[in-house]
Amino acid sequence: MARSDSRPRFESWGRYPEMQAEVVPLHWTADYPLAKPPAAKQLVVGAGRSYGDVCLLENGTLIQTLGMDRLLHFDRETGVLRCEAGVTLAQILDFAVPRGFFLPVTPGTKYVTVGGAIANDIHGKNHHVAGTFGHHVLQFELVRSDGNRILCSPTVNASWFAATIGGMGLTGMIAWAEVKLRPIVSRQIDYHGEKFVGIDEFLTLSRNAKAEYTVAWIDCVATGKNFARGIFMQGEHTKEPGELKKSPQPWLSFPFDLPAVALNRFSMAAFNTVYYHKQFPKQKTAKVDYEPFFYPLDSVLHWNRMYGKNGLLQFQNVLPHASGREGMIEILKAITRSGLASFLAVIKFFGDIPSLGMMSFPQPGIMLALDFPIREEVSFDLLERLAKITLEHGGRMYSAKDARMTAAQYQTFYPQWQEFARYIDPGFDSAFWQRVTGRRPIDE
Amino acid sequence: MSKGKGLPSRVLALGATSAIAEATLRPLAESGASFFLVARNAQKLSAVSDDLLTRGASAVTAYVMDLDDTAAHPAMLEKAAESLGTIDLALLAHGVLGEQADAEASYAAAEAILRTNFMSAVSLITWLANYFEASRQGCLAVISSVAGDRGRKSNYVYGASKGALNVFVDGVRNRIDRSGVHVLTIKPGFVATPMTAHIKPNPLFAQPEQVAKDILGAIRKRKDVIYTPPFWAIIMLILRSVPRSIFKKLNV
Ligand SMILES: Cc1cc2nc3c(=O)[nH]c(=O)nc-3n(C[C@H](O)[C@H](O)[C@H](O)COP(=O)(O)OP(=O)(O)OC[C@H]3O[C@@H](n4cnc5c(N)ncnc54)[C@H](O)[C@@H]3O)c2cc1C
Ligand SMILES: NC(=O)c1ccc[n+]([C@@H]2O[C@H](COP(=O)([O-])OP(=O)(O)OC[C@H]3O[C@@H](n4cnc5c(N)ncnc54)[C@H](OP(=O)(O)O)[C@@H]3O)[C@@H](O)[C@H]2O)c1
Repeated sequence: MARSDSRPRFESWGRYPEMQAEVVPLHWTADYPLAKPPAAKQLVVGAGRSYGDVCLLENGTLIQTLGMDRLLHFDRETGVLRCEAGVTLAQILDFAVPRGFFLPVTPGTKYVTVGGAIANDIHGKNHHVAGTFGHHVLQFELVRSDGNRILCSPTVNASWFAATIGGMGLTGMIAWAEVKLRPIVSRQIDYHGEKFVGIDEFLTLSRNAKAEYTVAWIDCVATGKNFARGIFMQGEHTKEPGELKKSPQPWLSFPFDLPAVALNRFSMAAFNTVYYHKQFPKQKTAKVDYEPFFYPLDSVLHWNRMYGKNGLLQFQNVLPHASGREGMIEILKAITRSGLASFLAVIKFFGDIPSLGMMSFPQPGIMLALDFPIREEVSFDLLERLAKITLEHGGRMYSAKDARMTAAQYQTFYPQWQEFARYIDPGFDSAFWQRVTGRRPIDE
Repeated sequence: MSKGKGLPSRVLALGATSAIAEATLRPLAESGASFFLVARNAQKLSAVSDDLLTRGASAVTAYVMDLDDTAAHPAMLEKAAESLGTIDLALLAHGVLGEQADAEASYAAAEAILRTNFMSAVSLITWLANYFEASRQGCLAVISSVAGDRGRKSNYVYGASKGALNVFVDGVRNRIDRSGVHVLTIKPGFVATPMTAHIKPNPLFAQPEQVAKDILGAIRKRKDVIYTPPFWAIIMLILRSVPRSIFKKLNV
């Protein structure tokens, strides 16, 4: 897995797999389709914050939208923001927070683009009350590689709307979108943290939780009486008016690749123990700023370098409630046994609001997400095991976080894939799609 | 930088769709400035106008024209002065990099670069210098380039257009500074914009936002000439001091 040549490379957040592609920065929606059409297939990408290969295309052309960062309209009454698809959620926050607005749904990093948020129909800690990002998109413009422009909303070209939300970038380029923001009166979050031990305590806490935002951090290293210990976190935007200024720029950036051995079973176990005990009392209530609440990792740019050159793998799945308890216990056992777990594991209840996207990941049940360092065989074997358990329990995995699912697994998780395929732009393809349709083998 | 403090509030931007211009105008929009924007592509200009209005600009007038058309400059400039009331800042940001190989092969290609980067600027600055001199205030900010500091075999036609611009702007400064007019020459190094999209990224590349910050700082502090990012002052000092006998053998 050595990095051989030094040509600039577009990497996904997991830095795995490695693929060579031509990267074309796109600054203007008016410049698409490209004056010089790509010789092979193309894919439009955002900030590369997906973990696996949804944003990669070997020997193709990746059209990157970060230069398409214009805000086109904002209605202060309704909170509806129209912006180009390369605008990042961080840029939206910089604009919206001082005006008393916040994102309707946010992932665990603010450095993703609006295009990426739609294409993976991302979810956040408020899924159980707010659904996915797609629920807050009023309309967007889709531009096909032949230049055809399609305005999409839940009522206009509704099937294109449904195919593109969660459509993994395959239906064409999203040029701009309208997103409905939600009002806030302060940066502060009313936070409540509660320690738990074991899945059953987690389930009870989740069932009884009332807050708008809920998520739990779970220790995937500890065994024995500490098995499945964690911290259940709830938050609400405070109702007490407070400061509404924009966030400072992060100044820490992970400067180099850590040697692969640095993150091992012992350092992970130590981290998890410290994290668990960071909160002393069993329960803790506090006012916290939204930055550490939503984006604990964003304060160090490029933290993925911590995993070294080999990169990292994510695993994220959801299991239906009926089989969720048993399935999650089996999964957690497989992880602790492997000794590979990371410290970045979260578990949460998804709500019942059906996603609007044809291929969206969320469905009612229990969701687990965590990452692993890549240790050749071991990590791949573990992922294979977790995919199997997910399958046996009627769950599914998240394409934005995946680099290893087989075509057979994917097609069972998403049986509607062939219907979706009719909406794919003939000029588009992705490494992910090649893999899950059986056109690209999974590297060994 | 405290909001709006010491920053111009009535702004004329020539080549308003330039990435460096956009980054420079956004903070001005946030502090409520009004704008007269000139660019040749109507769709792009409309996206820039919408962006500045959304960010807080109090008014934006968009004017579509090819700035190579020098005969049409006075009409456009009069319109700008009329619609803004007074011009506090005129930012010249349009430019082309051109193809050095083409410009070596044909005078027509070289002339096209000189026309956009130099002749059109001469025409605009001639009108603007007289306007500012008469109103005894204002800032004329011109984006040149480090490439104008020394002729290099790899881009001397573009370099010559910027070098000539530097001399011209220097002269204008020496003439109207005494009338209270601030004349600023901006010399960026590599900036990641559409102009340089085909150049392989290297560690010397700066983001437009970083360059914009330097430009706004220089406007507030009434600097004459800036290199941006500032380390280019040192690079260019070294590059200028290489003896000609050696420089002509170098592959730069
Ligand atoms: C630390 C971290 C935490 C995360 N937490 C969460 C989370 O809580 N919930 C969650 O759902 N996800 C989460 N993610 C995943 C992330 O939100 C998604 O992968 C998101 O799609 C990344 O957006 P991006 O702009 O980086 O897009 P990329 O990764 O560059 O691309 C993602 C997909 O979007 C498509 N795309 C991008 N722009 C366009 C466009 N303009 N038109 C058409 N298609 C386009 C691409 O083709 C690709 O298929 C997390 C990621 C990280 C690194
Ligand atoms: N990027 C760098 O590394 C760098 C370094 C030093 C100096 N500079 C200078 O910085 C300035 C801004 O460039 P940039 O980097 O921001 O690149 P840019 O985004 O490509 O901007 C150049 C702008 O000039 C406009 N333009 C060109 N010819 C024109 C004409 N005849 N009439 C009207 N508009 C015209 C272009 O419009 P269209 O989009 O319609 O073509 C474009 O908006 C230029 O003067 C450039 O020489 C840049």
